[in-house]
Amino acid sequence: MILLVSDTMEAWLNSAPDWMLNLPQWAYDICYDFFKSFIFDQRYLNILTGLQNTLLLTFFALLVGLALGIIVSLVRVSWDKETKNRPWGIGKFFMGLANAVCKVYLTVIRGTPVVVQIMIIFFVIMANSNNKMLAGVLAFGINSGAYVAEIIRGGIMSIEEGQFEAGRSLGFGYVSTMVHIILPQAFKAVLPTLVNEFIVLLKETAVAGYVGLIDLTRAGNIIRGVSYVDFMPLLGVAVIYLVMVMFFTWLMGRLERRLRNSDH
Amino acid sequence: MTTKQSDQTLIRVEDLQMHFKKGQIKALDGVSLEIQKGEVLVIIGPSGSGKSTLLRCLNRLEVPTGGHIYVDNVDITNPKVEIHAYRQKRGMVFQHFHLFPNMTVLRNMTLAPMKLLKKSKQEAEEQALKLLDRVGLKNRADAYPSQLSGGQKQRIAIVRALCMNPEIMLFDEPTSALDPEMVGEVLEVMRELAKEGMTMAVVTHEMGFAREVGSRIIFMSEGKIVEEAPPKVFFENPRSDRAKEFLSKVL
Repeated sequence: MILLVSDTMEAWLNSAPDWMLNLPQWAYDICYDFFKSFIFDQRYLNILTGLQNTLLLTFFALLVGLALGIIVSLVRVSWDKETKNRPWGIGKFFMGLANAVCKVYLTVIRGTPVVVQIMIIFFVIMANSNNKMLAGVLAFGINSGAYVAEIIRGGIMSIEEGQFEAGRSLGFGYVSTMVHIILPQAFKAVLPTLVNEFIVLLKETAVAGYVGLIDLTRAGNIIRGVSYVDFMPLLGVAVIYLVMVMFFTWLMGRLERRLRNSDH
Repeated sequence: MTTKQSDQTLIRVEDLQMHFKKGQIKALDGVSLEIQKGEVLVIIGPSGSGKSTLLRCLNRLEVPTGGHIYVDNVDITNPKVEIHAYRQKRGMVFQHFHLFPNMTVLRNMTLAPMKLLKKSKQEAEEQALKLLDRVGLKNRADAYPSQLSGGQKQRIAIVRALCMNPEIMLFDEPTSALDPEMVGEVLEVMRELAKEGMTMAVVTHEMGFAREVGSRIIFMSEGKIVEEAPPKVFFENPRSDRAKEFLSKVL
């Protein structure tokens, strides 16, 4: 269906209330732009689809990133703190190998732009698939995992050595010292930084459009293309990101306060 | 302890070495000793003499570069030995307490018995409260470590170790990080413990405590045991010049 500019104008004149048509020019323009961007032809549906995709993408990428980050950080810390000093054996060999793989992963992922990574995953590695969401979840998850790993590793390293020694002198092994004593403290310490990483991730998914995934940003761009209005769709998209970030910041602030209540 | 039988030996240390930088620095230089059941071994000496290193080796918090430590005829310096089971039977008290800051006092004390000895929560808490009562801190069971004074923290650290029913307690300068007015309350707990027959190895600078409570003094200097004697003999009649010099400074 081809929509002519006159169609838009006609629909606007038919649906806008009279008081709106009588507004001063600048206000009238804003209302008309808003109509063209979101109301006419149900263009707001683009935004809803995009928002849904952005949230899905962020959520699953977050899960992948957290899982990867926890595993990688534990491998790195365990090697540096424990396995490195053990006598050689099959266990040490595999831990050393895993540690080396993790180091390469961290270097490569943190050393290249996420836009390039998502394009490589979608156009090269997943060349035979058209599952854009999967490509996005993998790309952003793998990318975020590298940062999460370093955040958690930093958290674990920030716990003083005495806590390890106290745990182990009570008879806890390395793993149970980690699980029962170190990690609960480390997670609490890194929670604000993890939330920050989550917020960065949410905004970073805006480049998912590079592989054709219709996320929030891409949805705004699509509207820009059909409505010939630039400012209003972009403003709408920006406001939605801002509201989401503010909401999650508020939510995490509450969670942090609750956690802090337990240690004074 | 006047008569000692070999089956009373809890820990036997043989020629323990701890070298750094390819032998240029010798934190421990051939230390041999035995710790008997029920005795209070007090290790003293100038800083840097290797006392803490020796104590930490007994729990393999440091891995010695040479020598042996036998517990039940097993050499625990062997890296293949699963050390956790041995550590469960050794209480350790640190200079800086190392309580778990994110747990209440009670949780600090019940964590290890519940996870490692598989005690029920009720059982572990009962025991913990009994011990807290003994050190006069029952009313602080639900407090967090940051709400306690240094002396209280150290008393908690001691009873936390006791919750594992250790056969020996290792004290690594337990009063050195305390304000002077809090030293007494911690020493009092240790004194009580000794009176009840707990085997103890204590690294300390508290000469009064060493003299009064110790059953044997080990004086270390530069990674070696320079003198080993009952406290009365050591403090009144030290043989070595190094010990005389040290005592003249600290007494």
